[in-house]
Amino acid sequence: MSTHPPLAIEANGLVKSFGETRAVDGVDLTVRTGSVYGVLGPNGAGKTTTIRMLATLLTPDAGSGRVLGHDIVKEADTVRGLISLTGQLASVDEDLTGRENLILLGRLLGLKREAAKARATELLDAFGLGEASARLVKHYSGGMRRRLDIAASIVVTPEVMFLDEPTTGLDPRSRNQVWDIIRALSDAGTTILLCTQYLDEADQLAEGIAVIDHGKVIAEGTPSQLKASVGSGRLHIRLLDPEQRAEAERLVAAELGEVHLEPDPSALTAPCADPDRAAEAVARLTRDGVRIADFSLGQPSLDEVFLALTGHTAEESAQEADMQEERAA
Amino acid sequence: MSTPATTGQPSAVADAAAVQKAISATARPERASAASAALTYGWRGMLKVKHVPEQLLDVTITPVMFVLMFTYIFGGAIAGSTGAYLDYILPGILVMSVLFTTVYSGVALNTDLTKGVVDRFRTLPIWKPAPLVGALLGDSVRYLVAGIVIVAVGMILGYRPDGGLGGVLLALLLVVLFAFALSWVFQTIGLLMRSPNAVMNAGFMGIFPLTFLSNVFVEPDTLPAALEWFVNVNPISILADASRGLMAGDVDMSDIGIVFGVAVALTVIFMPLTTHLYRTRSV
Repeated sequence: MSTHPPLAIEANGLVKSFGETRAVDGVDLTVRTGSVYGVLGPNGAGKTTTIRMLATLLTPDAGSGRVLGHDIVKEADTVRGLISLTGQLASVDEDLTGRENLILLGRLLGLKREAAKARATELLDAFGLGEASARLVKHYSGGMRRRLDIAASIVVTPEVMFLDEPTTGLDPRSRNQVWDIIRALSDAGTTILLCTQYLDEADQLAEGIAVIDHGKVIAEGTPSQLKASVGSGRLHIRLLDPEQRAEAERLVAAELGEVHLEPDPSALTAPCADPDRAAEAVARLTRDGVRIADFSLGQPSLDEVFLALTGHTAEESAQEADMQEERAA
Repeated sequence: MSTPATTGQPSAVADAAAVQKAISATARPERASAASAALTYGWRGMLKVKHVPEQLLDVTITPVMFVLMFTYIFGGAIAGSTGAYLDYILPGILVMSVLFTTVYSGVALNTDLTKGVVDRFRTLPIWKPAPLVGALLGDSVRYLVAGIVIVAVGMILGYRPDGGLGGVLLALLLVVLFAFALSWVFQTIGLLMRSPNAVMNAGFMGIFPLTFLSNVFVEPDTLPAALEWFVNVNPISILADASRGLMAGDVDMSDIGIVFGVAVALTVIFMPLTTHLYRTRSV
């Protein structure tokens, strides 16, 4: 791995239009070799199109991209020898068994028959798919399919891995398993470009994040920089007795400054980055006889990030993208 | 209320150590050769048949029906007796049945395109036409099955070719080879149409008239002049003539030459076109 250039992925002004819709409208990305980089944005922001261009599946209309120094258009074949893609649709063959999928890919990547079989067994066992190995993939659960998908991406360890929303639609347990695998891959030195809709996910895994909206990068930085730019986390409090909300509002405002009343008549929230101060605010309520049903300190959601960065929510952005797509179709 | 999520199931990701080991595993092997990649895709086609054997109905039951129907319905009317007609029609039915089957190679490709796995295939560092050549290699096995079924049914009905086993085998090979080449056309259609049904309709709209406007069923000299001319230059007629010749043991080598020529031309034109479409088409 020592011979690799310092930059695994460089994108300069990538543009891709479908009909009248500019799905990607001048995206720049710089990803250091060996790092995990998150591309964060709502549905239709242009994440998948960007990843498909970098993975040589789409030719950019303008701009350029390099993977480990190789041009994604002129040296597409070399790039294909360095990458693997785990697409948004599970990129495995549903009509084959899990084991057959992995042997198929091993053979296509140049492993000899016996080596491909051994590699399939090793990966199936490591990813907890040993028992399901002889079952057709169409009968797999979402989490199993995702794990097989990632296993298929590392039959031969790629230098750069593209993961397009690897945990969308998974239950929390499966999601944690996928995160563990991504961390292990990163520890082993693979560069990972991770597209996601969840700030939480990017925060957990990525060293750098680009926030993308309407085909453009609208913010970039480390997760903590990004969260700092948004402001803070939020303290969520729900009371046992809605009658006490006015008093709670007064007390929390005294501790934390700003308070927001939720549509739920027993709930209120306040921006707060510091867990100690949040704890104090909660303690103050309890001391003064305000009874609390539950409370939590959450990170800002993708929606809050979006609201702060763009003045509109991620939901609105996704709806707009849908409408544009419909118009284009 | 609380159910332990892990009951009865070992922790799904076996253990971190195994994952680490599997991940940090291997040096990249040499790239697969073109032939090896294509054969691997052929193996994929065979696996699908293994998992869903019903897929073989169109290359087993349908040809049997064709042989029985055409022999007994048209035999007396066209050739005077079913036995005499069998000598004429059997190589023709072989050609027709196998060529009808080629439409399905386009349908299968179109179906494949709607699946995420194609994206993975397209990002693999392999010989570009490999997925397509491989699929057609798998299909060729189906064509061969259809051919063998037809000849076997013919033999049961009393067909005794003068060309012997050798002649029959050569005819089978020639028909499969031509079908392989013609399949490129249907793969192209498969990449251009929006749904598997559309591919099926377009495919049969093409192959149906082309097959009936040949000498597969009747000698062309009873036809109107313009039609007769078309039937005589139709490559499917020439393929049927060559197959009859091989099976009867008196083949006209120029027929075989023309069949090869057309097969090569179809492949040279449609293989690069199909390969290009396969790489660029986004669903």
